Amino acid sequence: MSDNKAHHGHGDHSKTYWLVFFALIIGTIVTVGAYFIHFDTIFLTIALALAIASVKASLVAGWFMHLASEQRMIYTILGFTAFFFLGMMLLTIWAMQDTPKPIFP
Amino acid sequence: MSQSTKTAHAPAHGAHHSGGDHHDPGFWRTYVFSTDHKVIGIQYGVSSLIFLFMGFLLMLAMRWQIAWPNQPIPVVGPLLEAVLGQPASGGVLGADLYNSFGAMHGTIMVFLGVVPLGFAAFGNYLVPLQIGAPDMTFPRINMASFWSFLVGGLIMMVSFFIPGGAAQGGWTSYSPLATSIPTDGQTYWIIGMVFLITSSLLGSVNFIATVIQLRAPGMGWMRMPFFTWAQFVTAFILLLAFPPLEAAAVLQLMDKVAGTSFYLPTGLITGGKLADISGGGSPLLWQHLFWFLAHPEVYVLILPAMGIVGEVIANNSRKPIFGYRSLVYSVLAVGFISFIVWAHHMYLTGMGTKISTFFQTTTMIISVPSVIILTCLFLSLWGGSIRFNSAMLFSLAFLPMFGIGGLTGLPLGFNFSDIHLHDSYYVIAHFHYVVAPGSIFALFAGVYYWYPKATGRKMNELLGKIHFAGSFVFMNLIFFPMFAQGIAGMSRRMSDGGASYMVSDATADVVGRLAKSVIDANVGISVAAFLLGVSQIPFIINFFMSMFRGEKVTSDNPWDATTLEWQTPTPPPHGNFTESIKVYRGPYEYSVPGAARDFLPQNQPSRA
Amino acid sequence: MDIPYTVMPRRDTGLYNAKLGIWLFLASEVMLFGALFSSYILLRVGSYPGVWPHGLLNVPVGTVNTLVLICSSVTVVLGWAALKANQFAKYRKIQAITLACAGMFCCIKSYEYYDKFTHYEVILKDGRVIDGHLVEKVGGGQLVDGRRQPPEAIVIHGVEFPADAKAAGMAKVPLIHNLEKASGHHLEHKEFRIPWSDTKKVQNYGPWHNTYLAIYFTMTGLHALHVIGGALVIGWIWGPGAAMWKSDPERYTNRVEVSGLFWHFVDLVWIFLFPILYLL
Repeated sequence: MSDNKAHHGHGDHSKTYWLVFFALIIGTIVTVGAYFIHFDTIFLTIALALAIASVKASLVAGWFMHLASEQRMIYTILGFTAFFFLGMMLLTIWAMQDTPKPIFP
Repeated sequence: MSQSTKTAHAPAHGAHHSGGDHHDPGFWRTYVFSTDHKVIGIQYGVSSLIFLFMGFLLMLAMRWQIAWPNQPIPVVGPLLEAVLGQPASGGVLGADLYNSFGAMHGTIMVFLGVVPLGFAAFGNYLVPLQIGAPDMTFPRINMASFWSFLVGGLIMMVSFFIPGGAAQGGWTSYSPLATSIPTDGQTYWIIGMVFLITSSLLGSVNFIATVIQLRAPGMGWMRMPFFTWAQFVTAFILLLAFPPLEAAAVLQLMDKVAGTSFYLPTGLITGGKLADISGGGSPLLWQHLFWFLAHPEVYVLILPAMGIVGEVIANNSRKPIFGYRSLVYSVLAVGFISFIVWAHHMYLTGMGTKISTFFQTTTMIISVPSVIILTCLFLSLWGGSIRFNSAMLFSLAFLPMFGIGGLTGLPLGFNFSDIHLHDSYYVIAHFHYVVAPGSIFALFAGVYYWYPKATGRKMNELLGKIHFAGSFVFMNLIFFPMFAQGIAGMSRRMSDGGASYMVSDATADVVGRLAKSVIDANVGISVAAFLLGVSQIPFIINFFMSMFRGEKVTSDNPWDATTLEWQTPTPPPHGNFTESIKVYRGPYEYSVPGAARDFLPQNQPSRA
Repeated sequence: MDIPYTVMPRRDTGLYNAKLGIWLFLASEVMLFGALFSSYILLRVGSYPGVWPHGLLNVPVGTVNTLVLICSSVTVVLGWAALKANQFAKYRKIQAITLACAGMFCCIKSYEYYDKFTHYEVILKDGRVIDGHLVEKVGGGQLVDGRRQPPEAIVIHGVEFPADAKAAGMAKVPLIHNLEKASGHHLEHKEFRIPWSDTKKVQNYGPWHNTYLAIYFTMTGLHALHVIGGALVIGWIWGPGAAMWKSDPERYTNRVEVSGLFWHFVDLVWIFLFPILYLL
């Protein structure tokens, strides 16, 4: 959190934290619920679960970790990290996809 | 703290009493468990020089075996047999032991020698000084970094003496080879690596935080010395590239001790029978994760070296470094692109053409900023009044040596030519030109250049020049013939130097003659390697003798340099600067027209 | 000698040192877990069709653990907010819940591990497969020539698969759970007493059993190490380290914030681990 907390009473923040908390609980319940429903395609199940997980992660990062109002330096560092992380993951996956599969009886 | 902070070997040379309000922390706190970045830097420096020397000795033993296969090593052979037993029976370096030495030579040189020396030792000592900081941001974490490094190094050393010996899977530790070798060496290797990675991580967090948070007033980003920029980018590379290797190492550790199959494919056959594993793993996964670190690691080896060369050249040509901004942006670009080139080490794994082309392209792109850096350093010499002291000679030699190393990398970066050159002596020659006559020369230059700051005495110039001449000649005699060997197709992994491929009548046909000429070159290379060892003797003598007998410096700034590390007492006390420091100008204001002297220190307010 | 900006933020960056430090550390952690997640994807996508198991883990237990971790995350941040508002006693109470949650998480996790380690797959020499939890190992265990002797018999509470089902499934579907789903009929759970001499292979569901369990144990194990490490640090700051609140309250609050940032990251990793390991 930036150093201008003086502008906010701490009560406001507690409220935000509780809201985020309930959103996280609901997200968890929805994910588990979706698991028990069994969609027709595995793709939909995966997409939904990962989408909810991403929303939950952004809530934690954005409000619990105060990333929503952080200093530029932190954004820069995390920007590089995100880029290299995506590079590592996507290029590796691409490389594996582009590698002919071994033939195993 | 009232004692001056010097190496433990330094003589009692004028204690600098800097404020008597601190109590004396005692010997252990001052020299061993110190949190002072300078002491930690020197600890790193001394230990990594020792490791560097050990890695070199391993190589000498291997060179003997390559040139004179299966003949007992003179003098050292019986010693090896006494210590290591059967693997060195008869004083001969057997194939298993050769593999072990090869793997450990690479590991020691990269992770225990050059990186700790270039990044941790020079970086720790100089970065806070150059930016006008009192210490690193997290001094205790800094100390933890060093001790973690030492523990990791010791685990690597211990692994030589366990049953079965040290790791034999190469410094790349490719699975399933590394995991299927039934000895424990690889387990030690992985655990050692986890400590080394932790050490790098702690160090890099510290470096980045220090550079961002502790720059002195006026020290803007574009006023930072090039060396500090190089260290800053290096720290970022270490911070973000090492964790994937840590993950990879954890997975390999699980493969080794918990019987998992992360890197072991279904249907793996070891020792002639189907391995009792669950299978389903991917050997290529290890290679991806490993090279995701290990290619950026190459830039970790070279960037600090470039930083040192930049400082030494600017100072000894007495003119501003050419294209400071281009250098900075190039270093940033190198750091950035270095993360997306890694799979050019893997062209022969059967990668598809699309992905090969991608990595080939990024590999060619990364050579652009590297060439810009080299060109700027060359152009800095133009019209300078060059002082040819030992530090400068090593820096000047760095330029063409790194140039050769870099340019010979291009054929390896093209997937087409790499098919022929892959895993040959050409590869060895290429990366050794980058790291041995490249990085290590720069590190020698750094030792000669900053020695007076750390000890208050200069190193002997005559010995330094002998050291330089010998190193320069023999380095080239070692590595240049290897290009020819590699192009002729000699594989880099043969423990007998290819003798088993020698045809019985070598003069019979053209193939036989070629093989003979290539294999015969082994002898010349090995002789040069031993002579390279001999040429390091002046350095060792110089390094220790100069602590006691070297010429005392008469000022805190013996080289008339501009950067802040020379504006402190010699050696710098705990807390570094005796008065608060403010920066007024860029790092390389040499020979400024109208100035009173030919250099303007960064903290000097006016030109007078 | 004092290092500047240990407590108050530096003007141009707006950060105090430890906050920058922890974010840098978290950046490296992102790469560490990122590499593991990448490995997970590659191993899963690269596996032969039908091999990757589903439904091996207990989803309700995993859900409870997720909720426990979410609770601890909100208490960490509330505790810090209380400190910011100068309410030390309130912080003490709230943070105690965090520590309790951390302990609970570890307990539930150990229960799950225990459940897997006592879950056996026994392949008999006639091709039948018995899959279930270990009731007991009868006899054996004594050391002979430095080697532990196998038991005389093994008692398993679980289900039996006929030889042909396993034989048909050997190549592609080595996992019992898939077989049950594929064959469609419910298999009766009961106790089996199997003489050791009848068994061909006895293996529990540890990391060595298959690649899925391998990555499950590795990732959750590494995550659990982070939970333990984080709880130790938070506990130290909460307990013995609290003396600093008297001497340097600003710095103390910063410590709580920084340790909290780490804790949130651990929670964040679990948010992804839970669906990919338990649900998908």
